[in-house]
Amino acid sequence: MPEILTNQVGPEKQFYDFLSDGKIKIQRNKNTGEFFFHPRVAFPGTGERELEWVEISGKGIVHSSSCNRRLPEKGGDFNLSIVKLEEGPCMMSSVLGAEPDQVKIGTKVNARIENTGEKLRVVFDIAKD
Amino acid sequence: MNEINKIRGKTAVVGLAEAGCGVTPGWSAMELMATAVHDALDDAGINLSQVDGLFAATAFHSMAAMSLSEYLGIRPKFADGSNIGGSSFLAHIITAAVALETGLINTAVIAYGSNQRSAGGFKTISEPMPYEADYNPRMPVSAYALAAQRYLHEYGAKKEDLAQVAVSARDWALLNPRAYMHGRGHLTINDVMSARSIVDPLGKLDCCLVTDGAAAIVMTRSDKAKDCKSTPIYLLGAAMEHHHRMISEMPDLTRTSAFESGLRAFEMSGYNPSDMDTIQLYDAFTINPILFLEDLGFCKKGEGKDLIKNIGPSGSLPVNTSGGGLSCVHPGMYGLFVTLEALRQLRNSAGDDVGKRKEGGWLKDPKLSLAHGNGGVLSSQVTNIWGLEETI
Repeated sequence: MPEILTNQVGPEKQFYDFLSDGKIKIQRNKNTGEFFFHPRVAFPGTGERELEWVEISGKGIVHSSSCNRRLPEKGGDFNLSIVKLEEGPCMMSSVLGAEPDQVKIGTKVNARIENTGEKLRVVFDIAKD
Repeated sequence: MNEINKIRGKTAVVGLAEAGCGVTPGWSAMELMATAVHDALDDAGINLSQVDGLFAATAFHSMAAMSLSEYLGIRPKFADGSNIGGSSFLAHIITAAVALETGLINTAVIAYGSNQRSAGGFKTISEPMPYEADYNPRMPVSAYALAAQRYLHEYGAKKEDLAQVAVSARDWALLNPRAYMHGRGHLTINDVMSARSIVDPLGKLDCCLVTDGAAAIVMTRSDKAKDCKSTPIYLLGAAMEHHHRMISEMPDLTRTSAFESGLRAFEMSGYNPSDMDTIQLYDAFTINPILFLEDLGFCKKGEGKDLIKNIGPSGSLPVNTSGGGLSCVHPGMYGLFVTLEALRQLRNSAGDDVGKRKEGGWLKDPKLSLAHGNGGVLSSQVTNIWGLEETI
């Protein structure tokens, strides 16, 4: 059984460290090739520990989307979506480049890393085909 | 027969109470909860000193069962404060039934209390979710809105269909003097749809109330239950299942684990959905009853939007007959109030005095009722099936 490696950090920190390096990587099962998100120490449901990080294509489809209503003085309305990545897993994110209530389910989107000033996060822009 | 099926009909609720539902300034969550416990014991005719099993979870106490037991001044032989969200209490019922049937305990009390409304508003002890918090979701409503949007998309449902759930809940509340929105008048579909949007497609009236309130039930073995003051209501089936904690990890946004919990609860009970005389579902948001009616087997996927046209007082499927979390009471974790209504309808049917309602508020001779609890963000699902003695 692999031991906790003291010379590396846990998968959550690794995910954000990859973002700092400008790369969006998620994990997959080394044996089956199956991707998953969010990052974990073992494959969900089976516990297999042979995992590897792979940079994603960035392509995805809006699986669900909602407009969160917020007062203008608190930043105004914003979009909250669940995006299904081309690799299979879903992730929560915001789709930008459209009115927050005009992001339709099924829309093709592309991922990018956004620096909010406080943190790095993955957001999506509507694909221009 | 599975081992777990041995608990079918072996335990019963013999006392119930609620306390401080609505607005109760000047009362703490513990004071409300303890009041409900004492009232439930009075209802059963059981002395506090006989309570040897205690189950509780709140958003105010990190170790609710211990805090409550100290406050009551008892020494439980078994306690469980597991928190799986609003459905916790329906899960406590399963644990209590097993503990009672195995002789670990003889008298169980399950309790909840909250003064959230008087203490400043919706109270949660939920931590920000990793990988989701970066996007500032307003939980839990953002999660339910994402599920609702997907449901509208997949099944061609409309916001009007969601609104129908709130309209029916209000109609039931108008018959129930205990309901927070009793006397507040009918809602129209347009009232619900034109209310301020919180997270599309859910507006203010698609979301549950924010009230104070406490509840408690007393459970014992069926052989002891007949000696109590009230009519025993027997636990015939019970099952739970959960998968995700975060909405982005839900495998299918329109299919909950109620599918599995319902299947196993019905199997244990020996009854089918069509046998249920009344159905109490955890309606924190208007999308919930639609999903749960489908997942529990009352109709096929996608047909919930049609079935909910029949769930009001004038319909053929009595759902959330107290007025539900949308129009009766919702003090943060609603599970025990779902249970209370499932039990009260049967107690009234048996002739117990469980309060007055307007014509039609009490159903005619129900014998079987279903209580379904939901926790987290459509995460934990727990189904309990209750019946009068003749249904065992």
